[in-house]
Amino acid sequence: MAIITFREALRQALDEEMAREAGVVIMGEEVAQYDGAYKVTKGLLEKYGEDRVLDTPITELGFTGLAVGAAFSGMRPVVEWMTFQFGLLAIDQLIHNAVKYRSMSGGQFKCPLVVRGPNGPAEYLAGQHSQSFASYFVHVPGFKVVAPCTPYDAKGLLKASIRDDNPVIFLESEMSYGHKGEVPDEEYLIEIGKADVKRAGEHVTLVSFSKPVLMCLAAAEELAKEGIEAEVVDLRSLVPLDRDSVYSSVRKTNRAVVVDEAWPKASVGSWIQAEIMKDCFDDLDAPVELVASEDVPMPYNHTLELQVQPTVAKIVAAAKRALYRA
Amino acid sequence: MRPIKGYDKEFLHGLLKEMLLIRRFEEKAGQMYGLKKIGGFCHLYNGQEAVCSGAAAAMHKGVDRLLTGYRDHGHAIALGLDPKAIMAELYGKATGVSKGKGGSMHMFDYDKGMWGGNGIVGGQIPLATGAAFAQKQQKTGGATIVFFGDGAIHQGAFHEAMNLAAIWRLPVVFVCENNQYGMGTSVGRASSVSDLYIKGQAYNIPSKIVDGMDVIAVLEEVKAALDTARKDFQPAFLEIKTYRYKGHSMSDPAKYRTKEETESFLQQDPILLLKSRMEEAKLITEEQYKELDKQLKEAVMQTVEFAEASPEPALDEMYTDIYA
Repeated sequence: MAIITFREALRQALDEEMAREAGVVIMGEEVAQYDGAYKVTKGLLEKYGEDRVLDTPITELGFTGLAVGAAFSGMRPVVEWMTFQFGLLAIDQLIHNAVKYRSMSGGQFKCPLVVRGPNGPAEYLAGQHSQSFASYFVHVPGFKVVAPCTPYDAKGLLKASIRDDNPVIFLESEMSYGHKGEVPDEEYLIEIGKADVKRAGEHVTLVSFSKPVLMCLAAAEELAKEGIEAEVVDLRSLVPLDRDSVYSSVRKTNRAVVVDEAWPKASVGSWIQAEIMKDCFDDLDAPVELVASEDVPMPYNHTLELQVQPTVAKIVAAAKRALYRA
Repeated sequence: MRPIKGYDKEFLHGLLKEMLLIRRFEEKAGQMYGLKKIGGFCHLYNGQEAVCSGAAAAMHKGVDRLLTGYRDHGHAIALGLDPKAIMAELYGKATGVSKGKGGSMHMFDYDKGMWGGNGIVGGQIPLATGAAFAQKQQKTGGATIVFFGDGAIHQGAFHEAMNLAAIWRLPVVFVCENNQYGMGTSVGRASSVSDLYIKGQAYNIPSKIVDGMDVIAVLEEVKAALDTARKDFQPAFLEIKTYRYKGHSMSDPAKYRTKEETESFLQQDPILLLKSRMEEAKLITEEQYKELDKQLKEAVMQTVEFAEASPEPALDEMYTDIYA
């Protein structure tokens, strides 16, 4: 197995799916001649030409809506948003068109579309470039929402997302593109809607998705030093949500900490926290903890911005609270 | 008025019949709305019939696609959707064109090219541009026509889509149905320019004004635009000047305009203008017109009977048609 970066895993997935089906096209700002703002689409223009790798003007609403119309026509567009923060300009096209055309037409339309790009906090980016919008999409029925944290998961899930006949929101992270991991040489896909236990443990369950899973793994290392074995459940997909995997872990450990880098109100984290409390009530020995970002706009100052977000120390502390060892 | 010479009698009768059917259908829809048989928003097309009928007559059926806003009953009829299923959709019945899940604003028939029926002002314009993108990539030989109102033209969606269509040379015809009012706001109050077609020049897209009360003018201009789009991947923008007789929706008494203004447009009614030209050419008599009108009123009555007799969707239908 080769060890490659998250960025390269995404690039391989795009390359393989473009080779597989002519209807797969990539569009977004700087995806072609510039190789992508984060170099995810590197080399694809030379290989597939300008009809299939398209630089767009800076018009998120326009090109996202255009991609939705192309998806209705049987193509499989992959839209890259330079960041999900810019995607807010296009969210109407996704919510009202990509999702609702199928329902409003009584099932006549399909929308095989992937919208991908970095979501969530990065570093030194302040209030308009550093927030997680997962819950915006999770909230709306009709999307599938995927948020991997390893190169292996990213590649297998992106390939599955491109082949899916529904609009898939594919959440990445600026901080993860250089993250390395093992990826098999042979082709594989990962089914959307399946969580993955990234570390087994018996004392407390840490549930997360995207970049904060890596923090959970680091927290589990810290906890192990104190004899606490944490199980880390990486959701990988938020819609559909793999409740079975989460609940079977919680029923084993009887304690759970949910970690989400978004704000805490009406978030994916608070939703999963509530689901576990409701469905695993009799199995819990402590309230489910939520480690989220502070409920504030992201400050530029590095000390402040780090303290706004979940940290390994905060996850460790929450796990200990759940174990009444704080 | 453009001459009708050169069009055969059967074709002109078809156009007249379709426009009159739309008029009678809309009148009945308004009536049924008043009786609370139809709920929600209901935007009637009375006065604008020449736009959808002229345009649909220029389309290559089964190849070209049409998208529009929420004033969409006329476009659905013009594309050949069954008026019974359209009325059933207004009633929210299982036999509706969208299985009762769309209603007045969301008429769909994928295969007939009726791609909605959109409730977000201007939201359909990028979608249509994407449909045209696919037509070009997939080499289908078709083009897409997208309708929107004078209110929508100020949305970013219009400007972003026009620019994309121009730089990527997409086979899309943008049609602004300028009925003079965006809800209750006149064009003069909402727009920095009085002729909206000039906005096309900003994107280097050939643009012109079309008389929307003359179905032949609409037909000829849309045909020219669609033909060029299909052949040369050259987008076009048409500002079709028209007028809606009714308020913005059923709840709007249209107090923002004068009776005289509405009267003046009734004098250039698109149906009567075609009829009078056909009478002059001795292609129809007053008697024949009255007989046609009688038949269409009966046909529209049958759409109501069909909708009334149709079943409600089953409750578990709420869970279907969400994921593919």
